[in-house]
Amino acid sequence: MTTMRQAFVKTVNDEIATDPRIAVVTAVISSNEFPQEHERVVDVGIREQTMVGVASGLALTGLRPVVHSYAPFLVERPYEQIKLDIGHQDVGAVFVSIGASYDDPVWGRTHQSPGDVALFDTLPGWTVHVPGHPDEVTLLLRQALKDDNRVYVRLSLHENSRAHPVGRGFTALRHGKRGVVLAVGPMLDRVLEAVDSENADVTVLYAATVRPFDSDGLRAAVQDTDHADVMVVEPYLEGTSSHLVSETLQQIPHRIRCTGVKRHAELRNYGTAEDHDAAHDLDVVGLASAVRSFFRG
Amino acid sequence: MQRIPELFARMTGDEKHEWAAASTIDVLWVLYDKVLNVTPATADDPDRDRFLLSKGHGPMAYYAVLAEKGFLDESILDDWTSWDSPLGQHPDRVLVRGAEISSGSLGHGLPIAVGTAIGQRIGGSRGRTFVLVGDGELDEGSNHEAIAVAARLHVANLTAIVVDNQSAMYGWPGGIARRFAVEGWQTTEVDGRDHEALLIALTAPHDRPHAVVAKIEKSH
Repeated sequence: MTTMRQAFVKTVNDEIATDPRIAVVTAVISSNEFPQEHERVVDVGIREQTMVGVASGLALTGLRPVVHSYAPFLVERPYEQIKLDIGHQDVGAVFVSIGASYDDPVWGRTHQSPGDVALFDTLPGWTVHVPGHPDEVTLLLRQALKDDNRVYVRLSLHENSRAHPVGRGFTALRHGKRGVVLAVGPMLDRVLEAVDSENADVTVLYAATVRPFDSDGLRAAVQDTDHADVMVVEPYLEGTSSHLVSETLQQIPHRIRCTGVKRHAELRNYGTAEDHDAAHDLDVVGLASAVRSFFRG
Repeated sequence: MQRIPELFARMTGDEKHEWAAASTIDVLWVLYDKVLNVTPATADDPDRDRFLLSKGHGPMAYYAVLAEKGFLDESILDDWTSWDSPLGQHPDRVLVRGAEISSGSLGHGLPIAVGTAIGQRIGGSRGRTFVLVGDGELDEGSNHEAIAVAARLHVANLTAIVVDNQSAMYGWPGGIARRFAVEGWQTTEVDGRDHEALLIALTAPHDRPHAVVAKIEKSH
């Protein structure tokens, strides 16, 4: 079976062979997946600030850099380089992370990045993809490699059983009258299971792209229901998209319930990703409970 | 160079000698007058030389040189830093023709310069990259990442000019040049006010990255 990371590596290696604009910049992590002898493949050693700075310079000379590392080292450590070397220089790049919020919890807090999407959300002009399946990775990445914009692609070991349409806003996978659940990326399958287990009469929207936020799609879905009640299930910090839901529905009295990785404390626990899902109520049991309580009455 | 004081005064008022105190003015002048293969007409040419001002603080000298060389209209110097002026206390490449990078936060230019130099190499460009950093700026660890990487990746079309006016908080015992040399750079130390010496240093052939340490008397 192909993982999202394998789909990413294959797509980039296919495209770098045919598109002379594409370059890859790494900081050791995953560098052996790319042809090191290729002049457009640059590994800078364990130096993430320079990884982003070099990507900026490559973009300034007309190349399309793909920048890749484990999420905390790609996004959090060189955050100012992302803000200034990419955004402020007004160049584009494709940032691709692995590790997500807690894909490998035995490595502890240092290797967890639940705040990555929230950090990109502080910066203008970034497209943010949170694919839920390797086939979605391929499609989203192929398009990103052709464009000139700033793109963040958040890969995870967690995925849905099948791919869904991507690239054209939120996709409605079921329709109901009691409200709307917006499921982001790998959260989809468990959201569907939770909704089914509660027999909840709700619309389920799927989002593999969260920035730009498909406000029109959400508003249309809400207008087809009898209650403007929106539950958002994100695999990173809870509430990361709540400001955009509020903005989308500002003309309509509405209720919002945001779920995601909880903000109140750092969990000093190892274990499995499933253990962490349970701790954040992001497993089927936790989500079903949230669906039951939020869409009551 | 004769018009630099006048251009400077358009930004700073009537201070007659302020321009002369700018630590970067001589390096900038020699670069744009004698070294860099770039003009306003070739500012987008892939084969141009790229000059990256990493030390974006105190950009009056930079703006004055860009104005004298025709990259920007000198009339815009008068109301610099106003709401709709393209000229701020830190340069913005989107607003200033000829400015290769936006700078202000220290420690960003050298890593970006490694990238532009590699990009020029990939593109088969004849262009070279020059980046100006300050000795105080070298405190930022990102520079030392880039110093190591530039030599390991054999980025021979890169020249870093370090304007050394002894402003680093804790100094650089043993000298700045040694820090580049140990990583494999060619290094040259030069009087940062001596145009002849600067020209020789900045045009010296090198088959690896070149660091030119331009020493300036400590400013007060």
